[in-house]
Amino acid sequence: MTNSIIWTIAILTVLGLVLSLVLFWVARKFKVEEDPRIDEIEKTLPGANCGGCGFAGCRAFADSAVKAGNLDANYCPVGGNEVMKKVAAILGCEIKEAAPMVAVVRCNGTCANRPRTNQYDGALSCKVKASLYSGDTMCLYGCLGCGDCVAACQFGALSMDSATGLPVVDESKCTACGKCVAACPKRIIELRAKGPRGMREYVSCVNKDKGPAARKACAAACIGCSLCAKTCRHGAITVTDNVAYIDFEKCKLCRECEAVCPTGAIHGTGFPKPLDKEAVKARIAERKAKEAEAAKAAAAATEVKKEESNG
Amino acid sequence: MAKLTFSIGGIHPADSKLARDCKIETLPLPEKVYVSMFQHLGAQAKPIVAVGDSVKAGQIIAEPGGFISAYVHSPVSGVVRSIAPRPDLAGFNCMHVEIEVQGDEWAEGIDLSPELVTAIPEDRDFILDRIKMCGVVGLGGATFPTHVKLNPPPGKKADCLILNGAECEPFLTSDFRILLERTDEIVVGAAIMQKVLGGCPCVIGIEENKPEAIEAVRASVGRLGYPGIRVETLKKRYPQGGEKQLIDAVMHRQVRSGGLPIDVGAVVQNVATSLAVYEAVQKNKPLVTNVLTVTGDCLPAGSMHNYLFRIGMPLSWIAAQAGGVPEGAVKIVSGGPMMGKAIANFDAATVKGSSSILYLGESTRRGAESPCIRCGRCADACPMGLEPFLLKKLYKAGDAAALEQNAAQDCIECGCCQYSCPARIPLLDNIRMAKAQVMGIIRARNAKK
Amino acid sequence: MDKVLVSPSPHLHAKASTDSIMMDVVIALLPAVVVSILFYGWSEILLLAVSCVGCVGLEYLIARYLMKRPELFSGTSALVTGLLLAMNLPSTSPWWMALIGAVVAIGVAKMSFGGLGQNLFNPAITARVFLLISFPVQMTNWTLPNGFIRYADAVSGATPLGLIKEGLKSGNTIPEILAQNGLSAEMVVRDIGGSAGEISALALLLGFCYLLVRKVVKPWITISILATIAAIAAVFHGIDPAHFTGVNFNLITGGVLLGACFMATDYVTSPMSNWGGVIYGIGIGVIVMMIRYFGSYPEGMSFAILIMNCFVPLINRAFHQKKYGRA
Repeated sequence: MTNSIIWTIAILTVLGLVLSLVLFWVARKFKVEEDPRIDEIEKTLPGANCGGCGFAGCRAFADSAVKAGNLDANYCPVGGNEVMKKVAAILGCEIKEAAPMVAVVRCNGTCANRPRTNQYDGALSCKVKASLYSGDTMCLYGCLGCGDCVAACQFGALSMDSATGLPVVDESKCTACGKCVAACPKRIIELRAKGPRGMREYVSCVNKDKGPAARKACAAACIGCSLCAKTCRHGAITVTDNVAYIDFEKCKLCRECEAVCPTGAIHGTGFPKPLDKEAVKARIAERKAKEAEAAKAAAAATEVKKEESNG
Repeated sequence: MAKLTFSIGGIHPADSKLARDCKIETLPLPEKVYVSMFQHLGAQAKPIVAVGDSVKAGQIIAEPGGFISAYVHSPVSGVVRSIAPRPDLAGFNCMHVEIEVQGDEWAEGIDLSPELVTAIPEDRDFILDRIKMCGVVGLGGATFPTHVKLNPPPGKKADCLILNGAECEPFLTSDFRILLERTDEIVVGAAIMQKVLGGCPCVIGIEENKPEAIEAVRASVGRLGYPGIRVETLKKRYPQGGEKQLIDAVMHRQVRSGGLPIDVGAVVQNVATSLAVYEAVQKNKPLVTNVLTVTGDCLPAGSMHNYLFRIGMPLSWIAAQAGGVPEGAVKIVSGGPMMGKAIANFDAATVKGSSSILYLGESTRRGAESPCIRCGRCADACPMGLEPFLLKKLYKAGDAAALEQNAAQDCIECGCCQYSCPARIPLLDNIRMAKAQVMGIIRARNAKK
Repeated sequence: MDKVLVSPSPHLHAKASTDSIMMDVVIALLPAVVVSILFYGWSEILLLAVSCVGCVGLEYLIARYLMKRPELFSGTSALVTGLLLAMNLPSTSPWWMALIGAVVAIGVAKMSFGGLGQNLFNPAITARVFLLISFPVQMTNWTLPNGFIRYADAVSGATPLGLIKEGLKSGNTIPEILAQNGLSAEMVVRDIGGSAGEISALALLLGFCYLLVRKVVKPWITISILATIAAIAAVFHGIDPAHFTGVNFNLITGGVLLGACFMATDYVTSPMSNWGGVIYGIGIGVIVMMIRYFGSYPEGMSFAILIMNCFVPLINRAFHQKKYGRA
């Protein structure tokens, strides 16, 4: 009995030693030399492996950054400027700071705004639905409501609002990785600058139909009337294919476009106070009147000049 | 005599040929027709008429927009009112020529008499030209331009022309009716196509649930005496009328993945196409009419119809002629219940390939999806020998390489898998997406080469 | 008509649903259930009730409150597990064993893997093996039928397979063992006891035929299991009838029929392709006979199925459908 116990212990010990030697030898023999900075950068990155940077994962990002020696082609939208600064410190190079971004859903075709004309009964996937037909409303461009974006988001920042049938972005969780943008077959979601203290102005519609058709399909549609573009003093708004677009880099958040939009397609979020449409409209009217007066005066002045020169 | 059938998979849905005894009726003319410029596979046709032009029935109103494309003719006489985008049955905008109907005057040179012309023109190019100029496309579902299909690329030879009279989709009866009522014309059409293909033998395949049609076609083949045409009885089994399945059943050959039927010496044409070929070649009559079935499981007996319609008639207008949408219809389908398209826009116009207005009741509603129990029914049913449960899983996992390895691109979208799934999993919905993804990858790879 | 439905094709579906398939299995098990109630009486009814209610109830509670995914609850599937579990217990088992079995079957073997369709191992078999290891005495106990239909006096003891295994261990030959216990090979084949369900070979086969007719299962797995067992038994019995039991004996005793017809054919835990099923069946047959002839347990059906369950993913990987145009 004792004998067998001793033998067992002895054999297992010897076996363990031999195998550990083999492992040691294998580890030495097949060791791959890697730049230690790759590991260091990978540790600095958020580690979500979301692919928002365009690489297969955080490791691939770190690998390419170290290989390139600079960060011209690498930016981690999830980690943002802070993480990128750390990465830059490791590599000893400069970075271009990028404004923090957030996903914005550009459709306000709620059940109330956009009457349903049929009932979709297929697989719950926007992609399947989009390839099948124009959708269960008259709008060919709007949200299909099957939640492909919600499924694509790995940060839990998107959810479907059952009352409106539209996705809602939780800004505190959104990392602007862009997965939802790619997942949406209608290209409704856009990454926009978060804006100062989260204040943003955007057109919540992508309907390219002419005004009457767009209006018929959805009460909150952009009808391409260009009123906003005419009102904007900063040249931030362009209207192409019957739909307005606000360039967030030029927008000064004066909210005048929002006030004049006849369908309420322009949305402002994050503002401390609700928009007093009438006040803003009055302000615009006043300014317009002043401008008109000034123009008139200028015209009169040139008239006088002309007369003078004539006379 | 042995009944022919394909070798892998397949299902046996109830055939529900409710309108089988309804004779073909000719519809009156509506006030307006809307002729789509996208009635065929390939490039969109280019309109050659202008708003305000007067047109006659059978007159060319649009030219092919590419090599694979087709002529489009005016189905009625009247005045062109607009050429503008209009939603098709899926609600997508698509160019249509709107024609206000005035009288019923046909273009010159079209023989509208009912006499059977059995003498086949000698000149092959003449025949092909007629087929092309008359805008004939495959009427079995894919609407592939017929003149292209009947003109195999150099080096490929047809060993057999298969005339597809299987009509394996439940409910549809239009092919059955024309097999009964236009038998001789179809047989002459087959002889014409035989001639074009260099005199290869022709097999007319008809499913066993249409014994009258089999008998009628046999008698007609005997009477007309064209050489090399025979009629074969096919087993009632879906998708017997699938091109690849029919080739397997009749010729015992299988088209390799990514290949064309002509690679194994097969040319498959639908019986309705054969009729269109007859009318084009023998009568110079363009493809502006076709037969569609108005049927469904929620339609009272007696209100089923088989209509001879002109292309461009709005579906809702045809439905109104047949007595309107029945109580209890929850889905309206254009085409068969297995592969047809659900109609989102009932005001859409009919096209060359329209084969039915099918009203389906509550039973068509998809139940709630439940977990896969791995019963393997989808794999047993797949006529291409694929494993739908696996393809769906791989698609959800986003594994494109594995999808290609497991032949997602071979899917013929027949719907057998989804039909047989007891868990009501939308298999085909997903596999269709997977197929498109893999096809895209394959095309990109081939383009690089 | 309010709003039309729009969906991709196909617009038809077959009538069979998961529930209808599971109900078919329940119907197929009914003859065997009725026979076992007739033979074993109230104790069997109690076991069936505890096991079925336990399985269905647990599945509901776990899906609803633990996993918070009520859609995962499938009452009919749990009912099948419950019936199979009860039929895998000797009728003399106390009711709490059925309850423990239900916890293991549903809680451990099924729901912890993700519920219906996700489990690697057959739930009822897993529970049986768990009970067999935990309560070997109760699980190998055997009474002659003494329910509503009575055979002689109630006898309690080990199953025929158990008796033979014990006898062989103590150096006796099979004819001696049978003689010592007042049994004959014919009698064992005719009136076998053992776990409740095993008594009713005919009832089980009847149910299985129903499943075949309804096309719920394919026969390949069952046939290959039975054929393998018969072949191995024929060879060994032919060589040494004194130490190896014969073909009929091996096919009828123990859980072979119940296992081959109802447990090994479980969709979730068996291979999907026909040839895969054949390989799986051969594997089960070989393992059963190796355990019976050479192992220390008298019976090995549940172990065999459980072991082959592990190979199912591999078998599925190796055997694919024949694809069109890819010869």
